[in-house]
Amino acid sequence: MASQQQDAGTGAYLIRGAAILGGAPEDLLIRDGIIAERGQNLSADGATVIEAAGLVALPGMVDIHTHLREPGREDAETVETGTRAAALGGYTAVHAMANSTPVADTAGVVEQVLTLGRTAGWVDVRPVGAVTVGLAGEQLAELGAMADSRAHVRVFSDDGICVHDPVLMRRALEYVKAFDGVVAQHAQEPRLTAGAQMNEGEVSAVLGLTGWPAVAEESIIARDVLLAQHVGSRLHVCHVSTAGSVEIIRWAKSRGVNVTAEVTPHHLWLTDELARSYDPVYKVNPPLRTDADVQALRAALADGTIDVVGTDHAPHPSEHKECEWAQAAMGMTGLETALSVVQHTMIETGLMGWADFARVTSTAPAAIGRLEDQGRPLDAGEPANVTLVDPAARWTVDPSKMATMGRNSPFAGRELPGKVVATFFKGHPTVLYGKLNTPYRWLPEAPDPARNTGTAAAGRN
Amino acid sequence: MRHLLSTEDLSLSNAVRILDTAEEMAAVGEREVKKLPTLRGRTVVNLFFEDSTRTRISFEAAAKRLSADVINFAAKGSSVSKGESLKDTAQTLSAMGADAVVIRHWASGAPHRLAATDWIDAAVINAGDGTHEHPTQALLDAFTMRRHWSRLAGTPSAGADLTGMRVAIAGDVLHSRVARSNVWLLRTLGAEVTLVAPPTLLPIGVEKWPCTVSYDLDETLAKGVDAMMMLRVQGERMNASFFPTTREYSRRWGFDDNRLRALDGLGLKDTIIMHPGPMNRGLEISSAAADSPRSTVLAQVRNGVSIRMAALYLLLSGDTREPAGHADNTRFHTAENTSAHAPKESH
Ligand SMILES: [Zn+2]
Repeated sequence: MASQQQDAGTGAYLIRGAAILGGAPEDLLIRDGIIAERGQNLSADGATVIEAAGLVALPGMVDIHTHLREPGREDAETVETGTRAAALGGYTAVHAMANSTPVADTAGVVEQVLTLGRTAGWVDVRPVGAVTVGLAGEQLAELGAMADSRAHVRVFSDDGICVHDPVLMRRALEYVKAFDGVVAQHAQEPRLTAGAQMNEGEVSAVLGLTGWPAVAEESIIARDVLLAQHVGSRLHVCHVSTAGSVEIIRWAKSRGVNVTAEVTPHHLWLTDELARSYDPVYKVNPPLRTDADVQALRAALADGTIDVVGTDHAPHPSEHKECEWAQAAMGMTGLETALSVVQHTMIETGLMGWADFARVTSTAPAAIGRLEDQGRPLDAGEPANVTLVDPAARWTVDPSKMATMGRNSPFAGRELPGKVVATFFKGHPTVLYGKLNTPYRWLPEAPDPARNTGTAAAGRN
Repeated sequence: MRHLLSTEDLSLSNAVRILDTAEEMAAVGEREVKKLPTLRGRTVVNLFFEDSTRTRISFEAAAKRLSADVINFAAKGSSVSKGESLKDTAQTLSAMGADAVVIRHWASGAPHRLAATDWIDAAVINAGDGTHEHPTQALLDAFTMRRHWSRLAGTPSAGADLTGMRVAIAGDVLHSRVARSNVWLLRTLGAEVTLVAPPTLLPIGVEKWPCTVSYDLDETLAKGVDAMMMLRVQGERMNASFFPTTREYSRRWGFDDNRLRALDGLGLKDTIIMHPGPMNRGLEISSAAADSPRSTVLAQVRNGVSIRMAALYLLLSGDTREPAGHADNTRFHTAENTSAHAPKESH
């Protein structure tokens, strides 16, 4: 794909002495959009040298679950601001969820989002297509047209709303096999969660807030893994939030079901105890659960039952959070804190190393989204999507200083470990020395050779 | 005490202090001149996002007996039709110089939001929030129970708690802020609480509450109950399948005439029957029970004014142990405190 774009005005970079995936220090020479060399004592040869002793080099992070809000809710976020946040958070690709206005349920809208992403140039914006028209859960959206569009949609989701009709879900799972797609399910049984405000349990009982029971998630996941097995399709489960869901997914994988699962950074750390403040910054869907759930999710991410970390980055204008809990919008920002939260919850706890981090934040999400040039090894000849992290850094979260327009970070005021020093997107530093640099500049659209190349091999996870 | 938001975090000493102060306030209510100058020049706003004439006029009477200026603010803004935001309303009241905000809201936690944010710097009293809490209702219930319990013991109620008293609360616990506030406060005061309800109207997690749970009202009565509190049950719950019919509900969980008679048969001659109102006669309580000598329904209403006077007094006068019932208490209308804001500095 390197032929269709250029990297105007930027040169080569020599990253010197970074711990690649947390291993022994090595140099990486980035030139012409690729990793030209990897090794010891590489010669700079005119390249800009980045001294990276003590830093960790990772494949550029890939978010499988981002709400960029554009088109339609530009007061909450735009593709420009959201992808700036993504770059600062270490991402080189994000999947833009379909619940925009209009809904991304046609080739026209997904191509619009693709173009907005390329115009911004901070990361690769991969549009997610809606499963059903208008997210209404009644009839299939133009899945094939979106798959064949310039946006090459492979991930389909009504996220925000569950595809709860079992027949429609079955058909969607079956249909997307024709172009190696995946249905990403927001697992929420709607009748069991009417008016739900927070996790149903001891805390909701005391607070008098309508409960969102774990069974509403688990029953849908159980149904969907059985459906996926029955029709031989690929299923992705968004934002798994309960210990029971983990058990069901573990069981399904043991039976060979082609299912992948995602957990958000906030579900790896925060619990429903925070709702006692009635501060809607802690209101999210699915809701924060109990500490037992948090521990089960961490274990599942470490042992591979859960495949990926997805941010579910959901910016909201402040007036949608500065109100009563029941009036408040659900969602939290996440792009600029994900790396630090995963470091805190998974690496500093000894549950995972940086190689595992690369798997759950880059390799696995790229594979689910079928992104050929993301989540690749940091080896010579590979696309230069690279994130450099200072794992020793400590910083205090201040939402007012973030690039996202959303101020709704549940981590506000917390001190977090790990800071993104640089993000290279297609060989271009979108972030350098911890600051936003310049966007990558795509060439004007050329006929896309990747288009209509037929279906990829079925059965790939 | 800066605010009165819930009974869950109300200490025993503060609870008893409110009850004792309410006794003194009740004494004022029996005097010829029912008014105290204590809160002269202070402004109390009744901010009601949900209609409740009963609760509003109770707070209004309480504030007026303490000589406070009262502003009633009926705010529109249901979950359906959004009106002015809580934040804007609070900032407006702050600009008007409200010293205390009595808030009733359909959303659980709205009073906590007012108290926790910088939208307004006033004492906040929760007058019922969603299905969360209704602390002054629980306090007036406890006040009513304490008078009864002390009279039986032949001891003065001032300073007393409710150690050993057996209280049963029956009805829609799931949706009841009254039940929640009562459970926490009665625990703090040492009473033994039993919740009686159909399983559908108990919250998941109730097993962690400091009380006993029963599905059987007759069995609970047979074990002995000193105060029987019936909660309002909305007939609409039937349509959401919380119970099959209102007939079946009242047969199993209503305090009907048979159960009223049963109290005598069980030798429970001193058991009182309570209801926070408004009552659904014939559903959760029969008319005979509501109007029987055991009923404390009207005493509860009367005591409500005393409790709300005590709460306003304690929050706005700096929470001292000063006796409240003294007409010569002039702390807050001395010359240097002419502005409504000035006394705040003493908090
Ligand atoms: Zn979702």
